[in-house]
Amino acid sequence: MSIFVDETTKVLYQGLTGSQGRYYGLLNREYGTQVVAGTNPKKAGENVDGIPIFASVADAVAETGATASCIFIPAAGVRAAIMEAAEGGIEFIVCITEGVPAQDEAWFFNKLKRDFPGVQLLGPNCPGIISPGKCNIGITAGHIAKNPEPGANNVGIVSRSGTLTYQALYELQSQNIGVTTCVGIGGDPVPGTSFIDCLERFEADAETTAVMMIGEIGGSAEEEAAEFISSNMTKPVVGYIAGQTAPPGKKMGHAGAIVSGGKGTAAAKMDAMKAAGVSVGANPTEAGLLMVDVVKGL
Amino acid sequence: MDLFEYQGKQFFASFDIPVSKGEAVTTVEDAVAAAGRIGEYPVVIKAQVQVGGRGKAGGIKLANTAEEVREYASNILGMDIKGHTVHVVWIEVASDIAEEYYASFTLDRSAKKHLGMLSAEGGVEIEAVAEENPDAIAKIWIDPVDGLDEPTARAWVKAANLNPAAEDGAVDILLKLYRAYTEGDADLAEINPLILKPTGEVHALDAKVTLDDNAIYRHEWAEYEATQERDSREQAAHEKGLQYVGLDGSVGIIANGAGLAMSTLDVVNQAGGKPANFLDIGGGANADVMAGALEVINNDPAVKAIFINIFGGITRGEEVANGIIEALGRVSIESPIVIRLDGTNAEEGRAILAPHLSDQLQMQPTMLEAASKAVELAASR
Repeated sequence: MSIFVDETTKVLYQGLTGSQGRYYGLLNREYGTQVVAGTNPKKAGENVDGIPIFASVADAVAETGATASCIFIPAAGVRAAIMEAAEGGIEFIVCITEGVPAQDEAWFFNKLKRDFPGVQLLGPNCPGIISPGKCNIGITAGHIAKNPEPGANNVGIVSRSGTLTYQALYELQSQNIGVTTCVGIGGDPVPGTSFIDCLERFEADAETTAVMMIGEIGGSAEEEAAEFISSNMTKPVVGYIAGQTAPPGKKMGHAGAIVSGGKGTAAAKMDAMKAAGVSVGANPTEAGLLMVDVVKGL
Repeated sequence: MDLFEYQGKQFFASFDIPVSKGEAVTTVEDAVAAAGRIGEYPVVIKAQVQVGGRGKAGGIKLANTAEEVREYASNILGMDIKGHTVHVVWIEVASDIAEEYYASFTLDRSAKKHLGMLSAEGGVEIEAVAEENPDAIAKIWIDPVDGLDEPTARAWVKAANLNPAAEDGAVDILLKLYRAYTEGDADLAEINPLILKPTGEVHALDAKVTLDDNAIYRHEWAEYEATQERDSREQAAHEKGLQYVGLDGSVGIIANGAGLAMSTLDVVNQAGGKPANFLDIGGGANADVMAGALEVINNDPAVKAIFINIFGGITRGEEVANGIIEALGRVSIESPIVIRLDGTNAEEGRAILAPHLSDQLQMQPTMLEAASKAVELAASR
């Protein structure tokens, strides 16, 4: 099993005709993802390496039965693209685009929640999602993820950071641990999908036996996740928080990675996670080794 | 990006929020002339620095005559306030104050809604009020889809126990401040103090505004952008489009991805060293970006060793290795470099680097070993 996406997920790409969209869309298809359509109002009827282009998401959904969308649209068009996807009948929207204004993110997060409660948005500013061996949507290099094995202890991953997601996949692959789904929720202040959204599903997923959670400084999402873990999770969680030595008041690359007014420090997050029973590594390697111990002990 | 007070007031004024008439100047002569143009005394001379505690440091003075303007402006211009040099002073007509309040809007990341805070106890640090008397702050959470309407703003003002004489004026300003915060793409829009004058008008006496860098494409912020306080390293990196934060250690850091870059700072610290910077070169790691990053780091005299930490995802190890070799051909680096290259096709990448390795260019198999080596090299120079 996996969460959010699997081999049956049909994906359309908003921005497939752009350079990034084309590059990753074709890589995702090569991986085995069902890439069924692209959208571009000016290029309807054309195709990208055999993938049909439609004028709108609604047209593409009607024609192909797509249920997921992947957005590679420049930041200025993201708000409209997300609403078009939701209105067009998409259930799972992955927005890779970075640099989306926080005011837009706060607006469409609440708009979706109110008018399209069944729609799950992942991102913006995220690497996407991969259910190894089944479906890869976004910019993750598929071959660093080890497929889950039936009957073995397989791990779910959720992370705010892209490269640390890869690092985690890599650490687990080198330890011969399979991954059910790896979700990059992104480093922005208002992520569409939260740690808790993922933890909840991993807890319910029969194939996932443990979870790796990678957070970073800023906000309180990790503290909230820790509370959820402590009261709702039976599966072991291994964690790591990036930015333990980041200076306050500075944005560390990600719009959401900032310690402000003494809030959002790595120390507070690590303490909250430890108190919730999470095994917390001092760095990604240590977290990988902790996961080996956890998996061996299961 | 953070605005200076005078820019924040210009920003507020563009949304019709009442602020005091004034001018920003950079010389004593201009200060005297500006006071003359304002045309009434007393005027207030305020140091423009992005740090709290200006008043205590002597950076805010009331001048009753042109001579006093000259005296205070010459004292304040060039003054050092907590490490910030004063280059600009704001001169405005002095306001009579009956009461001081606090008002702000920011994003509550946890609730994923806008948070408005209003308090009858203004003019002091809101953190102190929150600590000592949290009930004195009236908070409302605003759904961005609904926005803030007049009846809600009025109820909020009543809940904050502002003087009834201030009610209409406060409601008006709060509605405008919310517009400035949302339409103006601010991360924070704060007025402290928001004042009630003896004549009954409500007025923004200060302005603290942080704008969302991601929204720069839809605003005219060039003037704000030009006055950002950056050290010379940060300025150089900014011009190259690199995500850079200057720190005060001796190990220069280059990594791909914000998370990995933060993690690299962590492991350098864990190895007993101090990072000189945070630098995220993004996913690509091509020669141009790598060369730019090395130039920025190389120009930092505090750097004694450089740690390049790359994890190849879509970008393959060979491309990263070739990028590093090409960049090193273009930039002459004084400090020894330690590389850790992992991920996609790391072995092929390491093979490309192998013939170039020396005391000046070393490679380590893991992030932790590379951090230790870089720290050791930095300490030995």
